[in-house]
Amino acid sequence: MLDTILFYLFGLLAVGGGLLTITRRSPVHSAIWLITSLLGVAGLYLLQRAEFLAGVQVILYIGGIMVLFLFVIMLVNLEQVAGERRFSGQKWIALACVGALVIQAVWFITEGAERFVLAAPSPFGVAGGGEALGNTEQVSRLLFSQYLLPFELASILLLVAIVGAVVMAKRRI
Amino acid sequence: MHPVTTYHYLVLSAALLVIGTIGVLTRRNIVVILMSIELILNAVNVNLIAFSNQLQSLNGQVFAIFVITDAAAEAAVGLGILIALFRNKETVNADEVDILKW
Repeated sequence: MLDTILFYLFGLLAVGGGLLTITRRSPVHSAIWLITSLLGVAGLYLLQRAEFLAGVQVILYIGGIMVLFLFVIMLVNLEQVAGERRFSGQKWIALACVGALVIQAVWFITEGAERFVLAAPSPFGVAGGGEALGNTEQVSRLLFSQYLLPFELASILLLVAIVGAVVMAKRRI
Repeated sequence: MHPVTTYHYLVLSAALLVIGTIGVLTRRNIVVILMSIELILNAVNVNLIAFSNQLQSLNGQVFAIFVITDAAAEAAVGLGILIALFRNKETVNADEVDILKW
């Protein structure tokens, strides 16, 4: 019962924040609403027993990425943006394409729901191999054993991204 | 009230995906387009977490961590490109960056 209420609350935060993100005129307002949406998604992670990811979502997404966004918004001037059109000229074509996407998603979800058992999630979370481990310990064990190579590759990706961002944003290397 | 199932999460994830796609395709401001991409990546994560809980397997959560890593890298590089673009062309609108028709 509480789960249902919380799901609808966080879902409303996520979807409503997303809608407001793409419709606000000012990029700063969009960023604030995106933070709301990300908070809603973090709550959904908590409901699905992914506590570590909820923490990562708040710390990394909201604390890191969104602050980066806000910095860049402050860096490019806003006065000029405020009076301009929000949507590009292709918006009707784009909305038609999105309508096709909606039809496809609805079709897949309704068709798939009959072929795949989508039961209520277990209240006990993911079983930890007989041991009473927390979510973070379980994720880290998996990350450092089975997914060690992708983990290291992700660190290389982040290094490349750092170097790329510096090269792009710097006036003169 | 019906209990919340993975089905509900799939519908919510699809809604987030559609909202993000509308944002990417219709907005002019590149910053908002990048934010919409973050929305799409979040839709992916909601899906992964829902199925991780459904299948009682942690692999989905590990993949969600990789998706968040990608989102961070994408945001950093995208915003770096945006700053370079703004310095050179004095605009943050996607439809004014048709540089092939100089």
